[in-house]
Amino acid sequence: MTAAPIAPRKAGLSLQQQRQRAAFWFLAPMLLALICVAAWPLLRTIWFSLTDTTLSNLYGGTWIGLDNYLSVRTLSSGKVIYRGTLVDPAWWNAVWNTVRFAVTSVLIETVLGLIVALVLNAEFKGRGLVRAAILIPWAIPTIVSAKMWAWMLNDQFGIINDMLLRLGLIDQKIAWTASTDTAMYAVLMVDVWKTTPFMALLILAGLQMVPRDIYEAAKLDGINPFKVFFKVTLPLIRPALMVAVIFRMLDALRVFDLVYVLTPNSAATKTMSVISRENMIDFDKFAYGAAQSTLLFAIIAIFVSVYIWLGRVDLSGEGNR
Amino acid sequence: MTTQKLLKQPGFYALVVVIVLFSVFPFYYAIVTSFATGTDLFKVNYLPHSFDWSNYVAVMSGRNFVRSILNSVFIATTTVVFALFLAVTASYALARVRFRGRGLLLMTILAVSMFPQIAVLAGLFELIRFIGIFNTPWAMILSYTIFTLPFTVWVLTTFMRDLPVEIEEAAIVDGATPWIVITRVFLPLLWPALVTTGLLAFIGAWNEFLFALTFTSSETTRTVPVAIGLLSGASQQEIPWGPIMAASVIVTVPLVILVLIFQRKIVAGLTAGGVKG
Repeated sequence: MTAAPIAPRKAGLSLQQQRQRAAFWFLAPMLLALICVAAWPLLRTIWFSLTDTTLSNLYGGTWIGLDNYLSVRTLSSGKVIYRGTLVDPAWWNAVWNTVRFAVTSVLIETVLGLIVALVLNAEFKGRGLVRAAILIPWAIPTIVSAKMWAWMLNDQFGIINDMLLRLGLIDQKIAWTASTDTAMYAVLMVDVWKTTPFMALLILAGLQMVPRDIYEAAKLDGINPFKVFFKVTLPLIRPALMVAVIFRMLDALRVFDLVYVLTPNSAATKTMSVISRENMIDFDKFAYGAAQSTLLFAIIAIFVSVYIWLGRVDLSGEGNR
Repeated sequence: MTTQKLLKQPGFYALVVVIVLFSVFPFYYAIVTSFATGTDLFKVNYLPHSFDWSNYVAVMSGRNFVRSILNSVFIATTTVVFALFLAVTASYALARVRFRGRGLLLMTILAVSMFPQIAVLAGLFELIRFIGIFNTPWAMILSYTIFTLPFTVWVLTTFMRDLPVEIEEAAIVDGATPWIVITRVFLPLLWPALVTTGLLAFIGAWNEFLFALTFTSSETTRTVPVAIGLLSGASQQEIPWGPIMAASVIVTVPLVILVLIFQRKIVAGLTAGGVKG
């Protein structure tokens, strides 16, 4: 924006300079707040991960370097002992669970979200009603959805087992949340139910930017609708899709509440966030948990950088101005 | 895909019905269960079978549940007011003033909202202990700023960018300072955006679980999600599904009503911010 051609009110300061000075003071309180709740705690977490601090004695920790991550000790007998998160099978199990959960859930949600968005992009009677209906899962608190589904997935009295039995898809009741084989499916089911609406709405916003005459032209040329979708629609909504996928991915990689409530203490679903908090708060291995959460932060940071770099995603929205 | 062709297919409407059923059914079933008691609870009923308020009475009369609702209302409201207050001025600067590093600053703010919250848990825990607000509502109000503030700044910035330049220029020509421009010119135009953002931030704060679980230690300071998450029966085996469903319905119905009323605004805010509440 160019400065309006009027005389500066304060000696020596142009309007633009004056605005920039005001901008600084407008930003300062927000920046201060974010430093207090984000930057400083993050640095402290990283610091704690390099000490042997415990929950009961937050200031009694001493510097132990990278020992929480990996320490190598050679015993007098010549035996080498490795310790730390990086050789902890429970940690790698949590990493695997998280990655599996994130990739599968985002993939399913993208496909279903695309379908729902295409439906909502068509004009039909009752479209408003459908949009209202899909907003319901989004509005329900995650904890509440976890409890609702835990009840529906209950092994003895759950309605899902009842439905599947009636349809003849299973011949005996399944302990969805308790059994290690199915716990992950249960978590995925609830997550897909809860977050597909969000995905659909983001994709729908992208779809609505596609000019309608493109479809008209394709129709006149007699092109098969599927071909139109893959050759025209999909490339055009790619930016919206990329942004939606990264937002969901980041959310899925840090998943905590759903897993914590739906399948408590199940090794089959325990994610990185769950295991970090467990060590930090429940097991009094505060520094060890801090190391694990630092690793999670690093993994997410690397993932985002690679994604933005490879996909050339424009998150700031400044590019289209 | 051609619209007319699709609409003629019965498959399209079948798909619509499946989407609606899948979305609504769990909530519907929670309501059905919340009105069932005794042995009714242990029979699968697809349709409402009994109509008994006793689960609601049990929830509201015991175990500090009302207290939890009040805690949640207080925490979410204060968080939103605080975030909006800081965000309005900040987003004016981000949307309307050109300065070096603006793009980088916006990306940093977005990065904070996408933070894995567990990464700041240890540091925040120490900070909250240090200030002496552990196990008080202020612990949540402070920590929720980490996701409500970036989110409100981000959404308000996108809204403010779209306001016409002419209004602002006219005000500046008339000698208005940036503060006057915000409070007298932009705020009246922005209130729909403020309602949307405030509502989304409120839902986010209302639903938060990790911080609320970690920073409270007694039943009287719990928020609603923690109270429901930890609601348990007399013994480990005996999970009180009736009261849990009643509690779930109590805390969800206001949200669902709000969402249905503000549908259009919420969709606009969600897609502008691209952040899950």
